[in-house]
Amino acid sequence: MAKLKIALYWAASCGGCEIAQLQIGDKLLKLAEAADIVFWPVAIDVKYKDVEAMPDKSIDVCLFNGAIRNSEQEHMAKMLREKSKVMIAYGSCAYEGCIPGLANLFNRELIFERAYVETPSTDNKERVFPQTKFKVPEGELTIPEFYDTVKTLRQTVDVDYIVPGCPPEEKTTWLALEALITGKLPPKGTVISHSVKAVCDDCPRKKDVKKVKKFYRTFEIIPAPEVCLLEQGLLCAGVATRGGCGAPCPQANMPCTGCYGPVEGVIDQGAHFLSAVASVIDSNDPEEIQRIIDDIRDPVGTFYRYSLPDSLLRRARIR
Amino acid sequence: MSFEPKIVGFCCNWCSYRGADLAGTARMKCSPNVRIIRVMCSGRVEPTFILKAFELGADGVLVLGCHPGDCHYVEGNYKAARRMPLLKKMLAQMGIEEDRVRLDWVSASEGDRFVAIVDEMTEKVRALGPFKNNFKEAKYG
Amino acid sequence: METPKIGVYVCHCGSNIAGTVDVQQVVEFAKKLDSVVVAREYKFMCSDPGQNMIKEDIKNLKLNRVVVASCSPLLHEPTFRHAVQEAGLNPYLFEMANIREQCSWTTEDHEKATEKAKALVSAAVKRVRYHQPLETKDVPVNPATLIVGGGIAGIQAALEIADAGHKVYLVEKDPSIGGHMIQFDKTFPTLDCSACILTPKMTSAGSHPNIELMTYSEVEDVSGFIGNFKVRVRKKARFVDEEKCNGCGVCMEKCPWKAPSEFDLGLGERKAIYTPFPQAVPNIPVIDKEHCVYFLRGRCRACEKFCERGAIDFEQQDKIVELEVGNIIIATGYDPFDPTPIVKYGYNRYPNVYTALEFERLCNAAGPTGGKIVLRDGSEPKSVAIIHCVGSRDENYHRYCSRVCCMYALKYSHLIKEKTEADVYQMYIDMRCFGKGYEEFYERLSKEGVKFIRGKVAEVTDRALTDEEKGKLIVCGEDTLLGTVIRVPVDMVILCIALEPRSDAKQVAQLFRISQGADGFFIERHPKLDPVATMTDGIFIAGCCQGPKDIPDTVAQASAAATRVLSLISKGKVELEATVAVIDEEKCSGCRVCNILCPYNAITFIEDKEVSRVNEALCKGCGTCVAACPSAAITHKHFTTEEIMAEIEGVLV
Repeated sequence: MAKLKIALYWAASCGGCEIAQLQIGDKLLKLAEAADIVFWPVAIDVKYKDVEAMPDKSIDVCLFNGAIRNSEQEHMAKMLREKSKVMIAYGSCAYEGCIPGLANLFNRELIFERAYVETPSTDNKERVFPQTKFKVPEGELTIPEFYDTVKTLRQTVDVDYIVPGCPPEEKTTWLALEALITGKLPPKGTVISHSVKAVCDDCPRKKDVKKVKKFYRTFEIIPAPEVCLLEQGLLCAGVATRGGCGAPCPQANMPCTGCYGPVEGVIDQGAHFLSAVASVIDSNDPEEIQRIIDDIRDPVGTFYRYSLPDSLLRRARIR
Repeated sequence: MSFEPKIVGFCCNWCSYRGADLAGTARMKCSPNVRIIRVMCSGRVEPTFILKAFELGADGVLVLGCHPGDCHYVEGNYKAARRMPLLKKMLAQMGIEEDRVRLDWVSASEGDRFVAIVDEMTEKVRALGPFKNNFKEAKYG
Repeated sequence: METPKIGVYVCHCGSNIAGTVDVQQVVEFAKKLDSVVVAREYKFMCSDPGQNMIKEDIKNLKLNRVVVASCSPLLHEPTFRHAVQEAGLNPYLFEMANIREQCSWTTEDHEKATEKAKALVSAAVKRVRYHQPLETKDVPVNPATLIVGGGIAGIQAALEIADAGHKVYLVEKDPSIGGHMIQFDKTFPTLDCSACILTPKMTSAGSHPNIELMTYSEVEDVSGFIGNFKVRVRKKARFVDEEKCNGCGVCMEKCPWKAPSEFDLGLGERKAIYTPFPQAVPNIPVIDKEHCVYFLRGRCRACEKFCERGAIDFEQQDKIVELEVGNIIIATGYDPFDPTPIVKYGYNRYPNVYTALEFERLCNAAGPTGGKIVLRDGSEPKSVAIIHCVGSRDENYHRYCSRVCCMYALKYSHLIKEKTEADVYQMYIDMRCFGKGYEEFYERLSKEGVKFIRGKVAEVTDRALTDEEKGKLIVCGEDTLLGTVIRVPVDMVILCIALEPRSDAKQVAQLFRISQGADGFFIERHPKLDPVATMTDGIFIAGCCQGPKDIPDTVAQASAAATRVLSLISKGKVELEATVAVIDEEKCSGCRVCNILCPYNAITFIEDKEVSRVNEALCKGCGTCVAACPSAAITHKHFTTEEIMAEIEGVLV
């Protein structure tokens, strides 16, 4: 059997997905037996023009991580889509926008203002901002255009499969790679994970009925090790997050933050998480409810930490 | 032509939907901008419904339940009253004006109150102008 | 999913819809909607020809979904569900668009009304695509009935159900049944003696083998649902053993301590151990801890010493009784309006200003004066003014008409005329004598020399302007027929006070999960077609708790409520809502967010499978758990997320 041709690319991301890909450990050897990597900018010196030169659909699988936040990323996503038979959104950024997607609370103007003017270590009285074109004696320099809105890979190109996680757990990555290697592919659009249930199903903590009088931030309390974190007032997203990760965070006494995205069938992860959290507030008194809610400082960052661009509203309205 | 806002209304089967019916039976006039979807209880209204309405082009969303203490299902309306403030706090962060979403109570006998709320909501949303999803209109990309 | 074939039927409702909404346009619009096979209009969709039109189309065009755009589903959803069922379709494959109550009737602008009607039709069409056939389940009806309130309504309903052979628990908060009616002297317009017609019924209720009387008791908690309610009743300690007491009355005779009689509205006295009135049912006294000197100071126990049966039990505690019943009738009656806040009428300021209920006691042969109509000083009044609409038809108090005051005012005129030489003045706004024999009674009284003065009384005062007025109460007002200001000096004033909701009506409503109207009375399911049922299945209302009414209407309503209960008992089963919540165990992560949200405790956590499960018999289908489920693992049948999403999309066309 001919070896698979694999491309790996990163867009708006942190590099964690690359590390996650390496984390499969000795399974890398199995992968090397079954596949050749034809494009991987983080590790192999291949130029864009080399990719451009590849015939359409000549790549078997593209594992694309990172969100789409500028024109270069969009261009590469579209080009790799053309060249690849199977396009996989690998990791939370490509899947649903992830942390870079929280920039959708702002627009380009506000982000530039912050990054190039307001940050305390910046001295930019002339208010110089990045320009997409700049003439120098040697000719014209160009950089990609920075977009107002971060998009997911699916909002940019047709995507065949999704590997969730920030970054995906080793076993999730291997589940996807194994399917590719063996050719036993699930239906198009599948989010590849070991579970269709929420993280709670993986989590060994004891769950009871939930009645919360106060929400805490993680540094405010040391939670009891065996009791459900949400019951203890920590905003654990496990209830609203696809499992399959094995619940490593709750087992390390840290609440789940939701990186595997919504549970199968959920339209908007943040809205479901929000509804569940509000529902377990143990009060019917409007003032007390408001006081309890006041402790949730950053609702969008809490409920949509990974999924803002993929949510129903996708971004904030800037007035 | 003046802007005619589209408002999605969720009414519970037992109080507010009947209040809305009563407004009609009593031939009270109210603005036609609120289109009502009947649910069994205001506690059934998922935040997702409200976001979906905005995604599909609603300019406002009105949720009406039984008065506190009068819920046909004992306290479904209290659940709505827990979710709404948190949703509103999230929506505020998303730049959505407070007046576009409203949770209120109308009993089966309050046709007049139903009309007053609908008219007031319509005017407030009218004043805010159309809700546009910035994603579709983003300037760059 | 089978390919949806939808039929859309738009009703004119005469001109109710078609007068405002361009029905033709709506039909044309509907025809273009996805999956719509046929769209038609008709004058009255709910009529036989209208329903037949739908049935024919289902058969001929093989429709598998039906939308009717007409009135509120609360009115005709059952009608059309039945119609589609008759044509062989599952009744849940039907959806209604409310284009009358919520569209044509509330919208003036024809164009906007038509637009709105289209949006509502589009929502129904989009929604109905996702409808699934549902089956209802039967559960047995417990044949026992709880009746709350032992006035004439409760007694009547109890007797009817008990006579039919079924168990009734009649709970009354006072020590005796009888309600307000037993306080009355005569009843209008026939002038039957109230006690004469009521006490036989009270006795029957007290001795009926199928009626368990629970007096001096209150309902504390209600759970469950139609056919299967669980009720917790607190039997307050009487300090008299009901089993031992034979009602001889010696305890009351020997008790040295007195208190104002509640039954006589403070016009007379009773003992600290007492029955409210001599014909009380049950004829078992209670000890009033507030006035019993043993409870106050630890000494006395006279009653105990004289009771030969040893029935006095100072150690008695409240007893909690758990009942299981299939149906509940609420007949908690009314409170008389307290006219003290209407300072201008002088109640509680002038001793000879009485409320109507006080006058009933004054007139009653068993009352504090032995039926003599006398002033506080014991003398007979020479003139009496009866003021109508005190607290009724008054925007400061109650807007509604209390319905009985005109008639009892006429009755008082007659009784005063019969028993005294006094002149009687009726100060009325309108005489409302609408019942059977009422107008005739009014005519008769007009001939008995009663003076009718039309006009709302402005003031009752003792400030005399003339010698003639000295020592009298002067009723001031306008005679609107003569157009003159009048001052009528009288010895006695009777205030025809409103009937108002019980002061604890709100708590009762919350306890039984029924609703109150703006006026505070309990709301019936439909003001015309379902006046005794409530929005909560298996709970019925009768008598003045639903609104002011006279004795014949109360009895009729009580009998109607009893009949409704009996028909449920004889059917023996009720259909459970099909629109319940179900948890997909393949998706439930066992997070238990939903567990605490169910007010009916219908959700249980299955420990070994680590999933939550809904008990469909307990689920009432509110959907609160569905909205909270962070995994979307709970489906609300007939209100599924996709159905509602489709509806949202539809209304936003």
